[in-house]
Amino acid sequence: MELFVFVCASVMVLVGALGVIFRKHPVHAALSLVLTLFGIAVLFVAQSAEFLAAVQVIVYAGAIVILFLFVIMLLGVDKAENLQIEPLTGQRWIAGVVGLGMVGLLTTAVVSGSDVLRLRGLGIASSVAGENADANIQQLANSIFSDYVFAFEVTSVLLVVAVVGTVLLARRRTGKGIA
Amino acid sequence: MFGLVVVPTPTWYLVLSAVLFSIGAVGVLVRRNPLVMFMCIELMLNAVNLTFVTVGRAMSDINGQAIVFFVMVVAAAEVVVGLGIIVSIMRRRSGVNVDDLTELKG
Repeated sequence: MELFVFVCASVMVLVGALGVIFRKHPVHAALSLVLTLFGIAVLFVAQSAEFLAAVQVIVYAGAIVILFLFVIMLLGVDKAENLQIEPLTGQRWIAGVVGLGMVGLLTTAVVSGSDVLRLRGLGIASSVAGENADANIQQLANSIFSDYVFAFEVTSVLLVVAVVGTVLLARRRTGKGIA
Repeated sequence: MFGLVVVPTPTWYLVLSAVLFSIGAVGVLVRRNPLVMFMCIELMLNAVNLTFVTVGRAMSDINGQAIVFFVMVVAAAEVVVGLGIIVSIMRRRSGVNVDDLTELKG
């Protein structure tokens, strides 16, 4: 069963990822990105990370892709580009070779380092197997709000800085004002 | 079914995420539309998230998922700032091609 889920989700992820880089239309690329993000969410569920799967769907597939589509429409670039023109000669071949080399190197590293992956931690509570339906969320909350509570607080500062910075960046300048 | 049930090992997930990361990297290299390049960066971030969750499960450690949570928050902030920059660049010039944006070249 896990094999079936893995194969289906892998096909979703790879088809979506290839769609992002091969589709001419930016809107189609964004919709392919949604497919990939849903596939990743399915893989999260298969690995008993239910909370992260929910966050993945809400934040990535919901908010971030909507933001992309919004900017595409706002800028009016929702027309297909001509992918036949190659701006730098030979760039695509070299990029393909680099990509294949990266796949080879990463796969070699992963396969040769797979014996490092042995049980080491305190255990992950699964929401499916256990009788407690909130086991994954409770364990994650215990980790974030105790071990990483300082990083969590700094994250809120980061979000405020990002929002203020974006408002400053995207604001239309009105003549006399400084910013 | 055949008396043999194949269960995907963590290595399968890690190889999938390596392939996904490479596709994202190739996308950043070949595409010239800044928005599509940004989407490819999201692909690479998701590959890394998948790696974290996989290794976290293989080592039976919840901290892998905690890190993915923070990566998602930072990615959201990064998308907001990046799209703000793209909007403010595109507002003063038409055309969507990163090869034209060479004014900051030293």
